[in-house]
Amino acid sequence: MTPHSAETGAAAAAPAAAETGTAAAAPAAAETGAAAAAPAARDAAAPQRLNPGYGRLTPLWFLLPAVGTLLVIGIYPTLFALVTSFRRYNLARPRDGFPFVGFENYLGVLGDRTYWDSLLLTAKFFLTVMPVELVLGIAIALMLHQPGLPFLRALARVSLVVPLATTFAVVGLIGRLIFNRDFGVANQLLGLVGLGGFDWLGSSAGAFAAIAIMDIWQWTPFCALIFLAGLSMVPVEIEEAARLETPSRLALLRHVQLPYLLPGLTAVLILRSADILKLFDMVFVMTRGGPGSATDLISIYIQRIGFRVFDMGTASAQAILLLIVTIALSRLYIRLLYREIDS
Amino acid sequence: MTGRSARVLHALGLLVTLGFTLFPFYWMVSSSLKEQAALLASPPVWLFRPTLAHYAEIFADQKVSGAIVNSLIVVCTTTVLAVCLGTPAAYALARFEFRGKRDLWFWFISNRMISPIVLALPVYLLALQVNLLDTHLVLILIYLTFNLPIVIWICTDQFRSIPRDLEQAARLEGADQFTIFRRIYLPLGVPGIAVSAIFSFIFSWNELLYALVLTRRQVQTAPVVATSFMSGYELPWGKIMATGTVIVLPVTLFALAVSRHMVRGLTMGATK
Repeated sequence: MTPHSAETGAAAAAPAAAETGTAAAAPAAAETGAAAAAPAARDAAAPQRLNPGYGRLTPLWFLLPAVGTLLVIGIYPTLFALVTSFRRYNLARPRDGFPFVGFENYLGVLGDRTYWDSLLLTAKFFLTVMPVELVLGIAIALMLHQPGLPFLRALARVSLVVPLATTFAVVGLIGRLIFNRDFGVANQLLGLVGLGGFDWLGSSAGAFAAIAIMDIWQWTPFCALIFLAGLSMVPVEIEEAARLETPSRLALLRHVQLPYLLPGLTAVLILRSADILKLFDMVFVMTRGGPGSATDLISIYIQRIGFRVFDMGTASAQAILLLIVTIALSRLYIRLLYREIDS
Repeated sequence: MTGRSARVLHALGLLVTLGFTLFPFYWMVSSSLKEQAALLASPPVWLFRPTLAHYAEIFADQKVSGAIVNSLIVVCTTTVLAVCLGTPAAYALARFEFRGKRDLWFWFISNRMISPIVLALPVYLLALQVNLLDTHLVLILIYLTFNLPIVIWICTDQFRSIPRDLEQAARLEGADQFTIFRRIYLPLGVPGIAVSAIFSFIFSWNELLYALVLTRRQVQTAPVVATSFMSGYELPWGKIMATGTVIVLPVTLFALAVSRHMVRGLTMGATK
């Protein structure tokens, strides 16, 4: 699940640098130093404050195991990738050594049509699946929120967990079977309405549609659950008064429920865009980015440059650029949704 | 629209939702029970005599059972580590005031957004240098990069909801912070800790990219082995779907059993 949102993203890295506004190398010192130094500074500034009941180093002892671990396994490799991105680093040609080449890799990446194409394709994928997931998600959430049919509602609600808990790689395996040209069930079902015979995974448009459909299957429940949580925040008295006032579902949705759906909408848009930037497992298993470059999303492309072409220098530069985009996204997410976190 | 037809429409909508969420899963399980001839039938058959032959085949295969053992070793260790390292940090974030707390919190949250490929490249190179490729250890460590933030995130939320009065009382008795954490917050935080452990378990169990690039023969995890059957001309679909079912079914049943907590964890941070 992802919350891949689930398979969650993994790096523990540069955001710290961005967050604290320090240079990339400094977060270690900044984080732990701040933790240690802060209480002292505050004691001096506000001596009238009540004794908090713990020594000034106490928070540090609690934080050290986690922060230390993340520095070693997250920040350090990220810095290593940063260094690698300034080197010619081709594992297939170790004799050349790994010399520093300045911004050569970055210039190469920025001038690489394929890199931009694959970013564009990723954006196109987002624009394809997102509207569907939003509309279906809101529709399902409204049905689950609607009073009546308690048993069926509970059943449908619980079933939303199934796609989210399914291993992404296995989603890809299922997709390959369902969208098989000869014995796939997708063509059989389309045949019922007189269509069919598509070579889904063998054609560019078909493969793109197939991965989009599997993504929609897996992530619509996530949208539905978030919108459902939003709907349940509407005060019951207000909603019931509105139901008596107007028989129109649409009016209810627009004037009463919509304000409660908006925070969830923002969250879904940002989280899903980050998810799609890191989408790998399902697509890799289903299409390997093919046919041609029809499903060559950004994470697939970088993986191929790094682990098929073994051009680690270029792949690192690509990954660092992707990281910068992601950090911008997560800043946006935090600014929009976590304004009041300290309360 | 009368009340009756609205009700029928509502029921219909819910049934379609059920079909939508369960169909691919159903198709995987039913395919794993078909004989090869039925699997390759065109158009696909919906009624068939089920067989467990594919399951017998994969459990006789050292590769699959070995991969499941590998997965269990990696996933359990990383989950335990994430909880042990993460809960003290969550306690600090929930109950202490210190400068940089906001930034630290944001750093943890941001981890959710970052593509695993960004870390996969350098970790591969580093593991290559220190001979850690194809070991359980490298996967256990790399999985902490996403498990630890999950544990911290969920447990911070949980610890915040524990009344401070208990802590005040304990402090009057002379308890220090470590005792308060161990005797009050850990036991009372069990629901949150359990949810975070479940998430950590499921995410690690499902992970493919790191496992694909950081392992070779010895330590292949279950998803890697499942995808490795996808080569050659005539694909062993029964075997593939049976392996898929073995990987997914336990986790799904588990997730269904704790679905209320799953939903809470998933929607956390999206509806504040």
